[in-house]
Amino acid sequence: MAADITLPAIAKQAAPPSPLVEFWSSFRENKGAVGGLVILVLIVLTAIFADVLAPHSPYEQYRQFVRLPPAWYEGGNWSFPLGTDALGRDMLSRIMYGARYSLFIGLSVMTVSIVCGVGLGLIAAFAGGWIDTVISRVMDLIVAIPSLVLAILIIAILQNPSLGKTIVAVTIVSLPRYVRLVRASALSEMGKDYVTAAKVAGVGKLHLMLRTVLPNCMAPVIVQAALGVSDAILEAAALGFLGLGAQPPTPEWGAMVGDGREFIRSEPWIVTLPGLAILVTVISINLFGDGLRDALDPKLKRS
Amino acid sequence: MFTFILRRVALIVPTFIGVTLLAFALIHLIPGDPVENLSGERGMDPARRERLLHEFGLDRPLPLQYLEYVGQILRGDLGTSLTTHEKVSEEFLTLFPATIELAFFALLFAVCIGLPAGIVAAVKRNTVADYAVMGVSLTGYSMPIFWWALLLILFFSVQLGWTPVSGRIAVQYDVPAVTGFMLFDTLRAGDVGAFRSALAHLILPSVALGTIPLAVIARMTRSSMLEVLREDYIRTVRAKGLPRWQVIIVHALRNALIPVITVIGLQVGLLLSGAILTETIFSWPGVGNWLIHGVQSRDYPVVQGGILMIATIVITVNLIVDTLYGVINPRIRHGR
Repeated sequence: MAADITLPAIAKQAAPPSPLVEFWSSFRENKGAVGGLVILVLIVLTAIFADVLAPHSPYEQYRQFVRLPPAWYEGGNWSFPLGTDALGRDMLSRIMYGARYSLFIGLSVMTVSIVCGVGLGLIAAFAGGWIDTVISRVMDLIVAIPSLVLAILIIAILQNPSLGKTIVAVTIVSLPRYVRLVRASALSEMGKDYVTAAKVAGVGKLHLMLRTVLPNCMAPVIVQAALGVSDAILEAAALGFLGLGAQPPTPEWGAMVGDGREFIRSEPWIVTLPGLAILVTVISINLFGDGLRDALDPKLKRS
Repeated sequence: MFTFILRRVALIVPTFIGVTLLAFALIHLIPGDPVENLSGERGMDPARRERLLHEFGLDRPLPLQYLEYVGQILRGDLGTSLTTHEKVSEEFLTLFPATIELAFFALLFAVCIGLPAGIVAAVKRNTVADYAVMGVSLTGYSMPIFWWALLLILFFSVQLGWTPVSGRIAVQYDVPAVTGFMLFDTLRAGDVGAFRSALAHLILPSVALGTIPLAVIARMTRSSMLEVLREDYIRTVRAKGLPRWQVIIVHALRNALIPVITVIGLQVGLLLSGAILTETIFSWPGVGNWLIHGVQSRDYPVVQGGILMIATIVITVNLIVDTLYGVINPRIRHGR
C-alpha cells in the first residue's frame, strides 16, 4: 500500500514545468533581453499614464516660453524640464504622449499584419495552385519595391496623410515576411505524420488549418512580430519625418524631429530629444525580441 | 547552370509585370483624372472634356490603356514631368549617378568597418571587444536614420565645422558633368579643390546611409565566422601549426564570406529606402530627393516613373545576387 502513497508524489515531480515558466527561466538568462523588457515596460507605462505623468498638455502653447532649453542649461526653467519647442509646447509632455502614438502604430501594424499574414499564408499553403501563385507573386512584388518607397506610394494613392493611413501603408509593407513565414512552415508541417493522421481521422479543413497546423507555426511568427514592431515604429517615424505620416499638432516622434529640423543649429534639443526617444524604444524592443527568439526558438539561436 | 539562371529570370517576370500594373494603377487610383487636374478650379465644358479625354486616350477600355502604357515603357518613354516639363526618363538618368555615388560610398563605409568589426567580435568572442561591436551594431540597427543624419550634421558640421551641411559640391566650382559621378568628373577636370569639396560633401551622407548596413554586415559576419570557426577543418589547420591570423583570414574568412556577400547584395533595397531620407536631409540631388518632391508636388508621372525604375533596379540586383549565390554554392542550385 505504501506504493500507492508515493506514486502521486513522483508523478508530480516529473511533470514538466508549464511552457510559460520554462520560457521565463530561459528568457531570464539573457541580461540584455531582461533590460530591454524593463525599459519597454517603463515606456508602455509612460504611454498609458501620460495623462497623469505629463506636467503639461502636449498641445498647450506657452507663448512667453518659446524655445526654452532643457532645465539644466542656462536659461532653462524647471517647470519645463526638457525645454519647449518652437511654439512653446512642453517637450517632456509631448515626448510622453508621443510614446502612445509610436507604440500604438507598432502594435496595430503588428496585429493587423499578423492576422492578415497568417490568414494569407495558411490559405496559400492549403489552397495551392493559382491561389498560392497569386499570393506569392504579390508578396514578391511588395518585397521588390524598397519599403519606404512603397509606403510613400501607398500614402500618395490614399492622399491626405494621417496616422491611420500610416498604419495601412506600413502594414502592407510588412505583410510579406509573415505570409512567407507562415506559408513555408505550414507547408513543412503539412508533410508530417500527425497532419496525415488528423486528415485520416476526418478532421475538417478549417480545423486542420487553425487547430492542427497553425499552433506549430507560431513560434517563428511571434519572434518576427516582436522585431516587426520595431521596424514598424522606425518606418512610421520616417513617414512622419517626411510629413507623410501623423499631421501636426500630433506629438508623434518622427513628425517632431521633422518639424524641428530648421532649429538644428540654434535649438538642437527640439530635434535630438524625440529622436532619442525613438532610438531607446526601438533598442529595447530589439533586445526583447532577441531574447524572445533565443527562448522560444532555440534552433534560431545566434551563436 | 544555364537552366538554373533561366528559371531565376523567368521567376521575376511576374514581379515585373506587377510593378508596371502598380505604376499604371497609381494614375487611375488617384481621385480625379489628368483632364480634371488640367481644368483647374473653374471647371470645363463637357464637350471639351470629352475631346481631351479622347486625345489622351483615356476613354478607351483600361486593358487597352495598360497595354499602351507597357508599350511606352518598352520604348523607354516614362512620360513628362508636370512641374519641370522634362522627360521623366532623362531626369532620372541625370540624377541617378548621384544616388549611385552616395549608395556606393555608404556601402564601402559599411563593408570597410562592418566586416573587420564582425571578424574581431567573432575571434574575441565574449570579450569587451565583442560586446562593444554587438552594442554598436544593435544601436546602428535600431537607429532612425533621418535623426542620425541630423545628429551628424549637428556635431560635425555645426559644432566642429569640419564638413559642409548639404549639397554635392561647393557653389564656386563649376565642373562639367560628363559621367554624373562628381568625384570622377572633378578628377577628370583636374580640379583638386573641386575634388576635395566633392569628397567632403560625400562623407556625412555616406556615413548616415551606411550605418544600418554596417550594423547588419557586422552581425552577419560575426555569426557566420563563429559557425565556420567551429568546423573540423579549422581545428585541423590549427593543429598543423599555422599562424592564428592565417587560419582566420585565409581559411575561415573565405568560407564565412559567402552568406555575408549575399547580405551585402540584399542591402540595395535598404540603401535606396535610406537614400530617400538621406538625400532629403543633405539636399543631395539624387533620385530619392526627386521622388519625394514628386510626391509632395503631386507630379504623378515622376512618381510613376521613379517607382518603376527603382523597383526594376532592385529586382535586377536581387536577381544577380541570387544567381551568383547559386553559382557559388551548388547546394542551392540543385536544391530546387
